[in-house]
Amino acid sequence: METILNWIAAHQQMIYIVVLMIFVGIEIIGKVPSVLHTPLMSGANAIHGVVIIGAIIVMGKAEADNYLALILGLLAVILGTLNVVGGFVVTDRMLEMFKGKKK
Amino acid sequence: MELNILTLCYLIGSITFIIGLKMLSHPASARKGNLVAAAGMAIAIAGTIFLYKDEAGNGLHNYGWIFGGIAIGTIVGWMAAKKVKMTAMPEMVSLFNGMGGACAALISIVEFNHLVHGYTVETGAAFFASLNGTTLLIIMLGLIIGSVSFAGSIIAWGKLNGKIKDFSFNGQHIFNIVLLLLIVSLAIYIVVFSPAQTILFFYVVFLLSLIYGVLFVFPIGGADMPVVISLLNSFTGVAAACGGFLYDNKVMLTGGILVGAAGTLLTILMCKAMNRSLKNVLIGSFGGNKAVATGAAKEQGLYKEITLSDSAVLMAYANKIMIVPGYGLAVAQAQHICHELEKLLAEKGVEVKYAIHPVAGRMPGHMNVLLAEADVNYEKLLEMEQANDEFSTTDVVLVLGANDVVNPAAKKDPASPIYGMPILDVELAKTCIVNKRSMKPGYAGIENDLFFQPKTSMLFGDAKKVLQDLVAEIKSL
Repeated sequence: METILNWIAAHQQMIYIVVLMIFVGIEIIGKVPSVLHTPLMSGANAIHGVVIIGAIIVMGKAEADNYLALILGLLAVILGTLNVVGGFVVTDRMLEMFKGKKK
Repeated sequence: MELNILTLCYLIGSITFIIGLKMLSHPASARKGNLVAAAGMAIAIAGTIFLYKDEAGNGLHNYGWIFGGIAIGTIVGWMAAKKVKMTAMPEMVSLFNGMGGACAALISIVEFNHLVHGYTVETGAAFFASLNGTTLLIIMLGLIIGSVSFAGSIIAWGKLNGKIKDFSFNGQHIFNIVLLLLIVSLAIYIVVFSPAQTILFFYVVFLLSLIYGVLFVFPIGGADMPVVISLLNSFTGVAAACGGFLYDNKVMLTGGILVGAAGTLLTILMCKAMNRSLKNVLIGSFGGNKAVATGAAKEQGLYKEITLSDSAVLMAYANKIMIVPGYGLAVAQAQHICHELEKLLAEKGVEVKYAIHPVAGRMPGHMNVLLAEADVNYEKLLEMEQANDEFSTTDVVLVLGANDVVNPAAKKDPASPIYGMPILDVELAKTCIVNKRSMKPGYAGIENDLFFQPKTSMLFGDAKKVLQDLVAEIKSL
């Protein structure tokens, strides 16, 4: 029990962010029309590409002679970038079709 | 100072993600919202590359590798996203989602290797026991969720572009649950008891997670893929958030959890649009009743065809026509010629409207996007409820490559896999012309009673070709 309490106390900032973001995430897309479901999914898909930051940190910390870490890190950076760039561009293309057709 | 600027970059990034998502959920601001989030992402990435310092105050190195990776990813991602056809967009989203999941899993693997770097046989289990339990837990979580999301997204991608067929075996759901329990208990075992075989078990968990991802998506029918992609999307969000925990990085945590929560809600909303529960989508997989449904329909396999000129006459002298577009229209890229037909008929004094089923096509909103591309007036697109009110006063319904969304079995046949899905009541109209390439069943793999009803006539052929011929035919009347 004490370990759990200590753990919560040690990570309280993170836990607050998690709890608040869950509510924010649910709140902001609460009333989305079904027409926008797919672009919204695609946009959210691009946003979780933020995982690339972790990949960059992994890559930037790897020792120059640790080839496993370098290669896996490089792969992670490439995949993360694909997620970010591809995600935003596809979303933009989808939304482009709505151009000038707003209610 | 530099670190404070980085904190500011991350703060800006987090705020733009929230504002971007908010704007994305309104039609008028959606496109701008996407750009806002993209700008925030660029700031956060650039900040990380140039300003990041670890606890010891060292900056990042290996810049060549980082920029090389980003350059490759940008070029490939940009080209792929620009070149992809409108019809293939959902599978593209799935593929990009899988990339994100794989990225999260790779980070976990590298960090795990880093963590167990000092391990030798002599130190054994005592070494693992000295590891930070929280770090190990987060690494395991990121690994499992990332791998499931990656494997699942690749299967979803393969299914949507037709490379992978539905596959299921008896007791698969039980098997999946057992597999999931095994993964979870193995992960807990590693984190809590730190056994001497930790390294081996870590890779076993990795492998099992990949298998689970594959088996999880395999039995789910193609028509439900958008829902599955949305669900996997929120998984990847959570996996990204694990990275945020690992590096004490607020923007990763915010972005990841935000997508995880919004994605979960979006998944539920999508299910609601199809009038089904998430459990129904995941467990009551399409295709299970296939044999029963096709068997019943074969007995009434009589349909009548209609010629082009007859259809042209029928349509040109109607008062009100309702067009029901579906995936066939998207595949044939017939949206422009469809708009032309609509204008031509309007000149002849016919009232033409489109009836849009929320899940027509391969993704919700697919038809709106497609018709908007062809400059069809937004006011002519009726949503399902409005359209259903108007079918009884409609003379001719023209179904263009739609199938399951007009299948009356969804209302009448409790044995049908799509039973309970709301449909467009095209039977209420006086006549119904159905354009299809052949009599093959639609995406859910079931027969459609509509085609065998006396009011219905079939007009076979590729949607674009048929529409072009129809336009020519009506012009010559």
